[in-house]
Amino acid sequence: MKRRNRYQRRKLTLKILFTAMGISMALISLMPIVLTITNSFMAESEITANYGAVFGASTQNSEGTAVTSYISQRVNLKFIPDMVSFSQYWTVLFNSPEYLLKLWNSIFLTVPVVVFQVAIASFAAYGFTRYRGRVRESIFFGYIILMLMPYQVTLVPNYLVSKWLNLLDTRWAVILPGIFAPFSVFLLTKNMRRIPKSYLEAAQLDGAGEWRLFSSVCLPMCKGCLVSVAMLVFIDYWNMVEQPLILFSDQEMYPLSVFLSEINSGEVGVAFAVAVIYMIPTLLMFLWGEEYLEAGITYSGGIKG
Amino acid sequence: MTGKRTRRTSGRKRKNQEKWLSLAFLSPSFLGVLVFFVVPFFVVIYYAFVNNPVQHQFVGFDNFARLLQNSSFQLAAKNTAIFSGIAVPSAVVISLLLACLLNQKLPLKSQMRTSMLAPLMVPVASVVLIWQVMFSYNGALNGFLAHFGIDQIDWMKSEFNRYVVILLYLWKNIGYNMILFLAALSNVPVDIQEMAMLEGAGSFRIFMQIKLRYISPTIVFVTILSLINSMKIFREVYLLTGKYPYDGLYLLQHFMNNTFESLDYQKLSAAALLMALVMILVILCLFLADDRLGRDVEES
Repeated sequence: MKRRNRYQRRKLTLKILFTAMGISMALISLMPIVLTITNSFMAESEITANYGAVFGASTQNSEGTAVTSYISQRVNLKFIPDMVSFSQYWTVLFNSPEYLLKLWNSIFLTVPVVVFQVAIASFAAYGFTRYRGRVRESIFFGYIILMLMPYQVTLVPNYLVSKWLNLLDTRWAVILPGIFAPFSVFLLTKNMRRIPKSYLEAAQLDGAGEWRLFSSVCLPMCKGCLVSVAMLVFIDYWNMVEQPLILFSDQEMYPLSVFLSEINSGEVGVAFAVAVIYMIPTLLMFLWGEEYLEAGITYSGGIKG
Repeated sequence: MTGKRTRRTSGRKRKNQEKWLSLAFLSPSFLGVLVFFVVPFFVVIYYAFVNNPVQHQFVGFDNFARLLQNSSFQLAAKNTAIFSGIAVPSAVVISLLLACLLNQKLPLKSQMRTSMLAPLMVPVASVVLIWQVMFSYNGALNGFLAHFGIDQIDWMKSEFNRYVVILLYLWKNIGYNMILFLAALSNVPVDIQEMAMLEGAGSFRIFMQIKLRYISPTIVFVTILSLINSMKIFREVYLLTGKYPYDGLYLLQHFMNNTFESLDYQKLSAAALLMALVMILVILCLFLADDRLGRDVEES
């Protein structure tokens, strides 16, 4: 009896320990997001009071001023603003069209890539699912290899094509290669191949042609996967940095993801508000479709299967 | 007799029809991949072996030799290798540990999972600000450490900057990996674990000898994925430090960007080809390792 008690007590302590570890990891994960959001509601004066030391430091340091003088004006990490203020948002939305322009650039680059990549990939996935000959399998293998290549490799061919087709410095230079990126083909094919063959055969016996099989059987059964692929592609392109730096020479065309790094040094308060505006679409997507996202990630496991 | 034959031929005909119709579904994507990736990549291979795009003189491996002797390339390759060498194993181990943690019966489990996955869906550009507030010279971390009498450390402008970026990398990528591991762990057959438990194996032994074996394909996949993501870290580095980072963070993508600016096609092509080969080689090695490890476990 006594022994059993000790065993149970040990089990309970472990459970508490594990829960504490899990909760602290969860809090660490959430902290940067929460901080960004709460800080965006601080008034300019409060931001400067708290973070002036960080963002002023770089210029002052380069002038060679004594470092010791900064110690007093250390940064205060604050979670809750003294007074909730929407002034930063007001500035972003109504007084500085620049940010909105960059946001528009982001939207205009990302949305077409997501829509067309998912559409073309679902056609391709159907092609890889319906017939699996040796040639088709080796093409699929080629897609996987391509998917694994980093930007350092794929950007060179992309640049060459854009140059030949005179697309450099136009949005098409980013959009067109993005549309044909193989990631969603891979994920959707893996998902579509899980549909039992008998479903397709049954539909075929009922007189469904290939188009009907695709649009009325395969697509509805892959709905969750389509959603999660769209989310993953969206966040990937919403985050883009490499492509615009290389393919656009005109900084006016840069998306907000690149531009945000440039406003950091100047207007910190506004930067927080822009940062929040920038993460609203993806956060909403996450909150709405987390289940789909998790399922999609799970499907992506196992390249070989 | 005749009925059977016509059915068979019509079956074959239908099979053929399926083949060609499904090819039509495949073709838009395939053509796009050909035009935007495959064909230009062959040109890249060609460029890597000629002296310049005008003269087209075959020079063998000269471009590669020139590239490998280039000191910025050496620095970039070294930094990228060190970064991936630290970041990838830590991402795999930490996310596996977290998956094991969340694979148990704990309160608030699904909330924990959601919070750890959330960073995946937050644009890097948005949280970079917080990283700057934390790690700048007058930042919050130094302020915190001052309470313990530790001197200010210039996190972003010293050898520590690598670890600051690794932290950002881990923060962003661990959730995705963890979901993959959780799915794999839940697929480990329960009866084998129970059997081992009955025979007196502790949970550590069950983990090492049963679970690890079963999830080894996932470990390989997560490693590959983390490797690819570690090559994308340029984004975070660029957003944190701009075009010219302090030493330890000059990465291959920085090198590529500079080479794009000077438009040295030969160097670019040789670098791209070399990196493609290295990536393929590394991934091949991982697959071979997986084959050896997982040989005795039948895939379900």
